[in-house]
Amino acid sequence: MNFDFSDDQKLLADQVKRYLDDNCGMDRVRQVLTGSPRMAQDVWEGLARMGLLGTAVPESYGGAGAGYAELCLVAQQLGAHIAPVPFGSTVYLVAEALLLWGSQAQQEYWLPQICAGTVKGALATVESVGQLTPGQIHAEVVNGALCGKKVVVTDGGVADLYLVMAKHGDQLSLFLVERAAQVDVLNVDSVDLSRDVAQVNFQNAPAQLLVAQGWNALEVLQNRAAVLYAFEQLGGAQRALDMAVAYAQERFAFGRAIGSFQAIKHMLADMFVSLKLAESNCYYAAWALANNTADLPLAAATARVSATQAFQLCAKDNIQVHGGMGFTWEFDCHLYYRRSNYLALELGSLSEWEARLVEALPRVENI
Amino acid sequence: MDFTDTPAEAAFREQARDFIAANAPHYLAEHLAKSGFGHTNTGEHDALSEAKKWQRTKAQAGWACLQWPTEFGGRGASPIENVIWSQEEGLYSRLTGTFIIGQGMCAPTLMAFADPSHNTRLLPKLASGEEVWCQLFSEPHGGSDLAGLRTKAEKDGDEWLVNGQKIWTSGAQHSDYGLLITRTDATVAKHKGLTMFFLDMKSPGVRIVPIKQANGNSEFNEVYFENVRIPDDQRVGGVGEGWRVAITTLMNERMAIGGSIATGFPEILEWAQSAQLNGRPALEDPNVKSKLADWYVKAAGLKNNASRQITTLSKGGLPGPENSMGKLVAGNMMQDIAKFALDLQGLSGVLVDPSVAEGAARFQAMLLRSPAVRIEGGTDQILRNIIGERVLGLPEDMRADKGIAFSDIPTSAL
Ligand SMILES: Cc1cc2nc3c(=O)[nH]c(=O)nc-3n(C[C@H](O)[C@H](O)[C@H](O)COP(=O)(O)OP(=O)(O)OC[C@H]3O[C@@H](n4cnc5c(N)ncnc54)[C@H](O)[C@@H]3O)c2cc1C
Repeated sequence: MNFDFSDDQKLLADQVKRYLDDNCGMDRVRQVLTGSPRMAQDVWEGLARMGLLGTAVPESYGGAGAGYAELCLVAQQLGAHIAPVPFGSTVYLVAEALLLWGSQAQQEYWLPQICAGTVKGALATVESVGQLTPGQIHAEVVNGALCGKKVVVTDGGVADLYLVMAKHGDQLSLFLVERAAQVDVLNVDSVDLSRDVAQVNFQNAPAQLLVAQGWNALEVLQNRAAVLYAFEQLGGAQRALDMAVAYAQERFAFGRAIGSFQAIKHMLADMFVSLKLAESNCYYAAWALANNTADLPLAAATARVSATQAFQLCAKDNIQVHGGMGFTWEFDCHLYYRRSNYLALELGSLSEWEARLVEALPRVENI
Repeated sequence: MDFTDTPAEAAFREQARDFIAANAPHYLAEHLAKSGFGHTNTGEHDALSEAKKWQRTKAQAGWACLQWPTEFGGRGASPIENVIWSQEEGLYSRLTGTFIIGQGMCAPTLMAFADPSHNTRLLPKLASGEEVWCQLFSEPHGGSDLAGLRTKAEKDGDEWLVNGQKIWTSGAQHSDYGLLITRTDATVAKHKGLTMFFLDMKSPGVRIVPIKQANGNSEFNEVYFENVRIPDDQRVGGVGEGWRVAITTLMNERMAIGGSIATGFPEILEWAQSAQLNGRPALEDPNVKSKLADWYVKAAGLKNNASRQITTLSKGGLPGPENSMGKLVAGNMMQDIAKFALDLQGLSGVLVDPSVAEGAARFQAMLLRSPAVRIEGGTDQILRNIIGERVLGLPEDMRADKGIAFSDIPTSAL
């Protein structure tokens, strides 16, 4: 047993950190808050040049052929920097779906372009308010043409390739749809202004079948992506805690550093505990993902639930520790608060993942 | 990263399994499985003598205190081998509670600070369970503020004369030895005037008075010292060095307790999987799901965190103050779990008689014992202070006892 990342893996994480420190600081994040599109194209290209978009993609498709443990560490750094790039949509969802179910032709066509950074992806499933259910989906593919409207598509405004859940005969399937004239895109604001979000209307858009058992496939895909998003959440939570600790040491009230008040100190201790639990669960899930173990659904849901809890807690109490300053646009606390609440919903809500976790728990025998 | 056994680890696991299959007290298995929290169920057999018997069996074959050097009665095993052993020992590890304080806390302190001649004599008997140890730290005026203790030791020739009182001493009633912290100088600052000893609990002048606990049991005691004589060579560490020695004990306490701490999760999961709510399986209820998921991620987080600690230890690292989080998480969780299980039981949840109560009253036992988990070995508040100050580097609390002699520190009227 060995429960730690290798030195090479840590070295990679450090390279990514240094690149993002230099090129994706808070000033860069802030530029996208009001601009259009809401993404940092220069950072995206930088990540592509470093080979990070294809971290877990085999070399034969233009990837780095490293692995999922490495990809987890990249995700953690992106989360820490709340990088405004369509990394999750493109890499954890679309590239991953292609690797899982793409025909050889589909893989050979799309994966090299994804790794090179010239094709961005987005997952389009949701059509109405409420938890995603099969009954919610009305989008339909008939004779290779997709009609239907997806109302919240993360990175939908910048995507070149959509992964779409739609009806197909009597079942739901996942389709690949290229951005084209028949795809109508309307950008919308979300709680996280550092993310590109759009409503996407497909009007007879040419659609290629990727996988027929769409609903089951989506669960498989989400289980894998949940681990990666959990590492983003972990990175964000750690940064929020670091900000709060630094401020608690610096800021004085009543003649002493506020970190010496137990109400603050104990709040920070609880943030630390929540983060550490999530971190350890994420480490286990990284291993389960990298080795495709049978308990991946449980490990993924565990990482997802605890990382969601940790990031939401750290981000909200980071604001509390900062007092009035924490509620200003100028301080970065709200950017993490916003991101924590976006990520909490991005792949299905906390309650959905709690239910999935309980379903994945082993049965206790001989009751 | 790799969670599977290496070939050597697999072989070791096989060996452990064979030993347990051939030697464990299988006649107790059924009773042990029914143990309530804070209580080892051995049926009609005497719990202490069964515990000692299993410990002796293990020690004779080199399966006791695996990580200790062989000259002290251990096996010289690695931290990971130790984990493999405890995974395999499973149910039978419920017999080892009596020895945790001695083996997990006193022994590492002795190894670090006591005279080696004592260690070769005392430690093998501690490993084999022949002798039981207790921790004589807390006092009426020294709990969270342990360094506020007042039990006095005065030098008298080659001996020390001890007078005072300890309280909350778990297992004193069946202990052979105790690790005792005393005040040897009240004229210096509080942390500077302390000295550690070990003593024979049968020494003249030692009087043990059981305390009846809130849950009705009597695990802990008051221990009074009246002119008790301790030879100077039973001093553990230097005169005035007691605080540093005590910190070693407490760090090991958090390691011994934090690594394998009970959370109540397996019990609540088992129960929820069979329980009904509003005529439907309880597991279909979203509120039940949400709570189970929350508890599971905590229990899993503690377990995975312990695995990370073991990896650190096996690479030569030291247990850090972040281990304080284990008991903090588990104590609160267990209390919540007990409350929730009773809630699902409706009015029947009030019953505590194992012969009529649901699940042999294990959640009721948990309800009544769990408050202690949040106090013993460092309260929730003290653990948060440790995390805040020693892990996150936050400034210390304001204190009214700094920079003055112990005898000048204000105290409560009680
Ligand atoms: C079941 C059980 C077994 C035990 N076994 C042993 C044993 O074998 N040997 C032994 O030596 N001791 C033992 N103890 C004692 C235990 O370590 C102490 O009870 C514990 O450290 C708390 O001290 P106290 O009881 O004096 O409470 P106090 O220190 O008086 O605490 C009262 C309250 O004040 C809070 N408080 C105190 N100081 C601070 C602070 N600085 N900041 C914030 N809050 C504070 C505490 O958190 C608590 O809520 C045992 C206790 C229990 C319950």
